[in-house]
Amino acid sequence: MRHLLSISDLNKSDAIVILDTATELARVSDGQVKKLPTLRGRTIVNLFAEDSTRTRISFEAAAKRLSADVINFSAKGSSISKGESLKDTAMTLQAMGADAVVIRHSASGAPQRLADSQWMTGSVINAGDGTHEHPSQALLDAFTIRKHLGKGGPDLAGLKVAIVGDVLHSRVARSNVLLLNLLGAHVTLVAPPTLLPVGVESWPAKVSYDLDEVISQVDAVMMLRVQQERMNDLFFPNAREYSRYFGLNSQRLAMMQPHAIIMHPGPMNRGLEIAAEVADSARSVIVEQVANGVSIRMAILYVLLAGAPLEAGSN
Amino acid sequence: MSTTTFVLKGGTLVDGSVRDVLIEGGVITTIDKSIANNQATIIDVTDSIVLPGLVDLHTHLRQPGREDAETVASASRAGAKGGFTALSAMANTSPVADNAGVVEQVYRLGQEAGLLDVFPIGAVTEGLKGETLSEIGAMADSIARVRVFSDDGMCVFDPLVMRRALEYIKKFDGVIAQHAQEPRLTIGSQMNEGEISARLGLRGWPAIAEEAIIARDVLLTDHVQSRLHICHVTTAGGVEIIRWAKARGINVTAEVTPHHLLLTDDLASSYDPIFKVNPPLRTEKDVHALREALADGTIDIVATDHAPHTMESKECEWQEASFGMLGLETALSIVHKTMVETGLLTWEGVAERMSLAPTRIAGYKEQGQHIAVGSVANVTIINPHKKWIVDRDLVQSRSRNTPFHGFELPGVVTHTFFKGKLTLDNGINV
Amino acid sequence: MSIALSASDISRALTRISHEIVEKNQGAENITLLGIPTRGAHLAIRIAQTISTIETREIQAGMLDITMHRDDLRMRPLRAIMSTTIPSVGIEGRDVVLIDDVLYSGRTIRAALDALGELGRPRSVQLAVLVDRGHRELPIRADFVGKNLPTSSNQSVRVHLVEIDGTDEVLIEGEG
Repeated sequence: MRHLLSISDLNKSDAIVILDTATELARVSDGQVKKLPTLRGRTIVNLFAEDSTRTRISFEAAAKRLSADVINFSAKGSSISKGESLKDTAMTLQAMGADAVVIRHSASGAPQRLADSQWMTGSVINAGDGTHEHPSQALLDAFTIRKHLGKGGPDLAGLKVAIVGDVLHSRVARSNVLLLNLLGAHVTLVAPPTLLPVGVESWPAKVSYDLDEVISQVDAVMMLRVQQERMNDLFFPNAREYSRYFGLNSQRLAMMQPHAIIMHPGPMNRGLEIAAEVADSARSVIVEQVANGVSIRMAILYVLLAGAPLEAGSN
Repeated sequence: MSTTTFVLKGGTLVDGSVRDVLIEGGVITTIDKSIANNQATIIDVTDSIVLPGLVDLHTHLRQPGREDAETVASASRAGAKGGFTALSAMANTSPVADNAGVVEQVYRLGQEAGLLDVFPIGAVTEGLKGETLSEIGAMADSIARVRVFSDDGMCVFDPLVMRRALEYIKKFDGVIAQHAQEPRLTIGSQMNEGEISARLGLRGWPAIAEEAIIARDVLLTDHVQSRLHICHVTTAGGVEIIRWAKARGINVTAEVTPHHLLLTDDLASSYDPIFKVNPPLRTEKDVHALREALADGTIDIVATDHAPHTMESKECEWQEASFGMLGLETALSIVHKTMVETGLLTWEGVAERMSLAPTRIAGYKEQGQHIAVGSVANVTIINPHKKWIVDRDLVQSRSRNTPFHGFELPGVVTHTFFKGKLTLDNGINV
Repeated sequence: MSIALSASDISRALTRISHEIVEKNQGAENITLLGIPTRGAHLAIRIAQTISTIETREIQAGMLDITMHRDDLRMRPLRAIMSTTIPSVGIEGRDVVLIDDVLYSGRTIRAALDALGELGRPRSVQLAVLVDRGHRELPIRADFVGKNLPTSSNQSVRVHLVEIDGTDEVLIEGEG
C-alpha cells in the first residue's frame, strides 16, 4: 500500500493491521508522550487547504512521535489560498523531498489527483476531501468501537452501528460505511431523505428515516455534524424540526441498549444533532475518539512509510 | 499536379457502388466507373468511403476572447483533420456573439482561414444572461446570415424568454438550439447524479434537469408553431420525450455528441477532469438509448460540442476544472466505432447525420450535398479498414483536452476537400 | 542443512542459562526477564519457569517489541508490530535480562536497548541468547550464551521452537 486515499484502498487484513498496530502503540505509550525513532529522517507535509485544526494537530502529533520531520503547509497565508494550483503545490512538495503528504482539501478527489499525477512521488494520505472520504477518521472510529464493543476478535463482526444525519455531504459517513462493512459490522444510515445521496441504495448499508426505530437496536450510534449552511438550503424546514426527528436527546439516550456507545467526529453542534447532556454522558466516547486519533494516525504513517518502498505504481 | 482538378480513384460511395469521382473548379463534374483525365491529380482511394463533407452544428472556437485555448484558424485545421467542411461557432465567446459585429468578425475569420465554412451561431439573449433578446434580426441580416441561435453553455431558462425567442425567429425560419439544463437543479453540479456521484462525493447532476427543459420546450414549440433544436441530448428520458414530440408532429430536432455515444460516468472515478463535461457523461443505459435514437432518427445528427480548454483549466481538482472536451478530430472515428461497427448505422446513415441533416437544420448553403454530379465538392474520405491511436500531443487544436488519448479508434480520415480545394492530404493538413 | 542443536541440547542450554542468571544476580529478587518476539519471548517464558523452580517462587517473563526501533525498516517489507508486555514488577531500577534466540549483527539488541530506554531506567541490562553466531556489527556481547556457533555470513541459522514450529531444534542452512 502506497497511498491511503479511500477505505476502498484497504482489504480486511490491511485494516486489521492498522487497528492492531494502533492498539499496541496506544498500550505502550499509555497516555504518556513517547517518541519512537521509526520515521527518523523522513519528511511529512501536512497540506491543509481547508481549515481543520484538530485533524492537522492529530497528524502532526502522530508524525512527530514517530520522529518524522513535519512541515505544515496550511491554507491561511499559504500560496494555496492565493490561487496556486494543486500541481504547482505538488511540485513544490516534491522539490522539498516530501516522503508523504497528508492532504485536507475542500475538493473531492484532490488527494487522488495528487497520487495519480506525475507531479510528486511521495505517499498521499487523505485527511478528508470534500464530500468524498475521511479514511483516518473511519479507522479511529472503528478502533474506538472495537475497544469498547469488540468481542475479542480482530474485526467488528455482527455489531450494529447507526450513522445519523447529513450523509449526503459527509466524508466521515462514506468512509465509515465502507470500513464498518469491511470489518463485518451492520450499518444503518438514518437521515431525512433530502440528506441521503441518490444512489445510496448501492451502498452496503440499510437506510431508515426513523431514528426512534433504529436507536434501540444498535451497539453504537455515530452522529454526524449538520453544517450551518444546510439550514438555508431546503434540506429540512428548520433546526428545531431537524433536532426533533434526528437529534440525539436524553429520551433517545434512554432507549439505547445499556452497552451502546455514542460517537461524533466533531466538531459538535450541541443542541442541534446532539444534546449537551448526551454528549457529556457516560455513554459518550467522543473525547476518547480524539485521543485515539493520534494512535491510528501513527499506525497509518507506520504502515505506509516504514517498510521498504514499493515499486512505482503499485498500491 | 493540378490543385483544382482531382480524380478520386476507386472509392466506395455511400450506396456501396465503387466509382471514380472527378472534381473540377470546386464542383463534382463526373462520377463514373473509370475516369481518365490527364490534367487531374489522381488520388487512389480504393477501399475508402467517399462521404459528403462533414458539417458540425456545435463547435466552440473560443475566438474572440480565449485565443490561448483555440482560434478560428486552429479549429479550422482541426476540423479539416476530422473531415469537416463546415463548423458552427457557438456564441459564448468574449465578447458574446449577441450582435452583428461579433458574428461578422467570426465569419470573416473563418473565410480568412479558408479551410472550411465557419457559420456563426448567435446568442439568444444579451450576454447569455437569459433576460433580454439579443439583436437576433440584425445577426440574421448580417453577412454571416445567422439562422441558428443558442445560449449554449447556459440554458434559456425563463419560459417567457424562450417563448418570445421561438416566436421571433419564425420571421426568417431560424431555429433555437437549446442547452437543456434546469439551473436550480444543477447548482454546483459536477457529474451525473447516481451511484458513482454518491460514491465519489461529487455534486450530482440529475437527468431530470435536462429532461424537464426538453419537455417544456417541445410543448412551447408546439404552442407557438416554431422550430426547436435540442443540443447534446444525454439521457434516455430526453430521448423518450423527443420521440414523443416528433410523433406529435412537433418541429424539433436533436443532436448527440460523439463522447456521449461512447463514454460513461464511471470514468469520473479517476477524478481526472478530462472527463468533466457539460452535460455530463451518463450511464451505460443512456449510452445505449442514445445510439438507438441516433439509429432510428429520433436524434437527427451528431454534433461535436468541441470545447477546447487550456492545460491549467484541466490539470487541477475536478470541481475547479472547466467543463468540455475536444471533439472535431475524433468525431467520425467515434461514430464509426459506436454506430457503424455495431451495425446500427450504414455509411449512408453517417452521411445523413453528420452532413446532410445538420445542413438542413441550419439552412446552410453549399454544404451537405450528396456525392453527385453538380454538387459542391465538399468531400471527406475515410479509410474504414485502418485504425489509429489518439495522441493528445498530435492534435491540430490549440488545446489538448481529448478524453480519448490512448484510445485505438477505427477509421482514418485521409482526405478532405472544401469546395474543391484539398484541406487534408493523405492525413496531413494542407 | 545440518542440525546444530537438538531438542535436548536446547533444554540443557536453557537450564544452564537459567542457573547462570540466578547465580550472577545472586538470586531472582531483582531480575525482570524480557523476551524479544517472537522466539525470544517463548525462550523467556521457559527460562522464567526454570528460574521459578530453582528459586521456588513465581518469576514472570515479559516481552519487548523492538520493531519501531529497528534501523532496517526501509530495507524490508513492512513488519507487523508485536506486543510489549512488562511484568508487574516493572523495569525501573531492576536488573533486566533481555532474551533472544540468535545473536548476530547486534542490531536487534541495539534496538531493544533503545526500546527499553523509552520505558524506564533499569539498574542494569544483561543479555541471554540461545545461539551466538558471531559477525557482530556493533560493540555488543551476550552475558549468557547457550551455544557459540561459528558460521559464515552466507549461512543462515534457523531456530525452531515447539510453541511455534512444533519441534525444538537449531539448524544451519547453506554452505560454510
